[in-house]
Amino acid sequence: MNIDYAEKIPNNVDLASNKTLQRALEHWQPEFLQWWDDMGPEGTSRTEIYLRTAVSVDPKGWAHFDYVRMPEYRWGIFLAPGEAERKVNFGAHKGEPAWQEVPGEYRSNLRRLIVTQGDTEPASVEQQRHLGLTCPSLYDLRNLFQVNVEEGRHLWAMVYLLQAYFGRDGREEAEALLERRSGDPDNPRILGAFNEPTPDWLSFFMFTYFTDRDGKYQLCSLAESGFDPLARTCRFMLTEEAHHMFVGESGISRVIQRTCEVMTTHKIDDPAKIRSLGAIDLPTIQRYLNFHFSVTMDLFGADVSSNAATFYSTGLKGRFDETKIEDDHLLTTASYPVLEVRDGILASVQAPALNALNEKLRDDYIRDAASGVERWNKVIEKAGVAFRLRVPHKAFHRRIGPLAAANIDPEGNVVSTEQWTANVERWLPSDTDRAFVASLMGRVVERGKFANWIAPPARGINNQAADFEYVRFN
Amino acid sequence: MDVKAVVSRAEPLRQHLIDPEICIRCNTCEETCPSKAVSHDSRNYVVDATLCNYCNDCISPCPTGAIDNWRMVDKARPYTLTEQLAWDSLPPETPVDAGPTAELPAHIAEITAVASEGQGGTVLAPWSAAHPYVNLYTMQKPAVATVSGNYQLTAEDASCDIRHIVLDFGGVPMPVLEGQTIGIVPPGVGSEGRPHPVRLYSVASPRDGERPHYNNVSLTVKRVTEDHEGRPVRGIASNYLCDLNKGDRVNVVGPYGGTFLMPNHPGSSLFMVCTGTGSAPMRAMTERRRRRIALKEGGELMLFFGARCEAELPYFGPLMKLPKDFIDINFAFSRVPGKVKQYVQDRIRERSADVVRLLNDQNCYVYICGLKGMEQGVDEAFRVACREQGEDWGTLLPALRAQGRYHVETY
Repeated sequence: MNIDYAEKIPNNVDLASNKTLQRALEHWQPEFLQWWDDMGPEGTSRTEIYLRTAVSVDPKGWAHFDYVRMPEYRWGIFLAPGEAERKVNFGAHKGEPAWQEVPGEYRSNLRRLIVTQGDTEPASVEQQRHLGLTCPSLYDLRNLFQVNVEEGRHLWAMVYLLQAYFGRDGREEAEALLERRSGDPDNPRILGAFNEPTPDWLSFFMFTYFTDRDGKYQLCSLAESGFDPLARTCRFMLTEEAHHMFVGESGISRVIQRTCEVMTTHKIDDPAKIRSLGAIDLPTIQRYLNFHFSVTMDLFGADVSSNAATFYSTGLKGRFDETKIEDDHLLTTASYPVLEVRDGILASVQAPALNALNEKLRDDYIRDAASGVERWNKVIEKAGVAFRLRVPHKAFHRRIGPLAAANIDPEGNVVSTEQWTANVERWLPSDTDRAFVASLMGRVVERGKFANWIAPPARGINNQAADFEYVRFN
Repeated sequence: MDVKAVVSRAEPLRQHLIDPEICIRCNTCEETCPSKAVSHDSRNYVVDATLCNYCNDCISPCPTGAIDNWRMVDKARPYTLTEQLAWDSLPPETPVDAGPTAELPAHIAEITAVASEGQGGTVLAPWSAAHPYVNLYTMQKPAVATVSGNYQLTAEDASCDIRHIVLDFGGVPMPVLEGQTIGIVPPGVGSEGRPHPVRLYSVASPRDGERPHYNNVSLTVKRVTEDHEGRPVRGIASNYLCDLNKGDRVNVVGPYGGTFLMPNHPGSSLFMVCTGTGSAPMRAMTERRRRRIALKEGGELMLFFGARCEAELPYFGPLMKLPKDFIDINFAFSRVPGKVKQYVQDRIRERSADVVRLLNDQNCYVYICGLKGMEQGVDEAFRVACREQGEDWGTLLPALRAQGRYHVETY
């Protein structure tokens, strides 16, 4: 399963044998590079970065580390190895051989799923394009760029599917993916969270922890798809996605560790004093967490959704770990609890499981996200600081679905608009919080040095030391 | 001392583990593992030691490096899945993991594991032991020593040939402590075309050299002419060593051993039991103490030394010259015509009062080295001596082990 780097577009899908597709992608390639130049990481045209590049998709070959000049990174098309005699594992077509071509009747739904997933990839690159100017270390700068190039590659993965299987429509969608812009009021990205700015590194780490984790759950569900090329594409993307969540989890963990060091060294717990020593107080971290968690909750879509039901019963998008779940994989009679506001309180009501698939995926995600927050709490606990971070209630600060109409606090209580307004600065980052965090964002690019607000990592990338020259500026 | 090559019994295992503090639970390892050795619950990702085949497929896809963690454990008792699932952090590396055997080549680790079986598993080095250097030279990159002396220790008419061989390392660093071993690589290949296995020998010289302040090391080597059952056999390494001439060059690997080490604090005592060439580490430790007599650091030396007869007892002459108030020597000869056969265990029982006094002394460290057959007899002798003195060996032995005061090396 080696990747052919001699090709203009590195790939392991034998692109050379399909000249039409090859031409279409070669036509799209310069447009992508132009987009990268316009909207990718700022001021990096001469920078060499110690990056991980796949040289094959098997375990031995896909993590090859070397210095790469950013514009020369070889974005390509990689699918995980196929599974012999794979079947559709859920929905009405359960037990039939997995599809190698798009079934005509599902064409538009499948295209919609791929476009929605694909749109998030360039969006996050756009959101993060200025962060390199305020990086807290070379190590972190390298991690940012690794995330960026892999988001770019994930875009390629989706564009390959669009161009290979959706003809003219697919080509137009591929163009549109390069035309929308994160936060552009006239031509925004499809999903809300991908139009929020990522103004500072605390936001970046929260984004990679919470929002990229949504990506993981969406990719896991798509990796179950009856459309085999999509499943194989997503399986390989998941391996890369893990690095993004690592950047988030370890990033926040290091911020917390540094804050706790400042607190215990100076024996202080007053946020103002902690801030005066240049560290980020834990309540501010909690407010950022609340924001990114709640924005990500919305990414899963409406709690009760007929689209989700259709995607599932037609075999296009499964559940997380679909094949490990023991049930009928049809869900025609099952039910699942969803929340609604009834008589001024949140109440759990049963909905048909098929329609509640977004909610099910959201709950799977919450379990995973919350367990990582507990690992952050261990860092606080170990330092002997009395504070616990927690994920807010899933109904908190929602902007999509029926819960968007209510004001719900982080504990899950329905509150009045007055109560919400009076407390919102305790729950979500205020302008003052954001201005403070922004004030810490100075650029640190001296080897082995780290900004004052973040601790060095426990382990370097690819076992290199913390003071390794992860980025070379030429 | 010649530790025979590999017998596979108490094997050490390099166990693959995941660091729960760094792991982000991304599932990449579980997804990747072709042997289904990785699994998880809601808390941790873990590796099943019985399924992991060290293919390392999981290493590079792991985004965190959490997957790349290893601990040396007893193969019979690896960390179970239940233990791993309960961890908040990796267990600390035990002294044996942290230092010496962690980096040892597998075949050397196996030899030393078998040799130290008698002490009941891994024990700690004395708290005041010097830090040992291990594994500085390997089969791929051995140190080359020059023979600067080869002396027969046994009488001409003795039934065996034991030699004192001095190796000079010149400008090649070979820091080695009393009780450590070095490996000799005999030249050539065996009948199957493979290189001869390495043989380990305890050094007989103290840390500052056979000749003080020279970078040389001495070995006590018995020419092997028969196997344990008395059948004629020609030992490859021992005959190679015994036949060396001054100026010959020898490939050496090691040093090895991180626990059979002497204490260094003033007032510490050595209780030594050995037979034949098992006297090498005892000679090294005794010589170390003899060179420091003038410092009057205190502590006692008690030696039980068994051989067939005086003529076959290495270092008999020099030992006899040592002052009685420096070392308490107890010989046991098993083949002296007209006399009752005496073994070291008989002498231990005879001296039960002093033996038990020293075993009970927190500053006294016990060393046993010689043929494997002696272990059981010595253990029984300690039991009897304790009983005679109103003590219980069954209680005392675990305490000695826990305090790093009981060291066994047999072959």
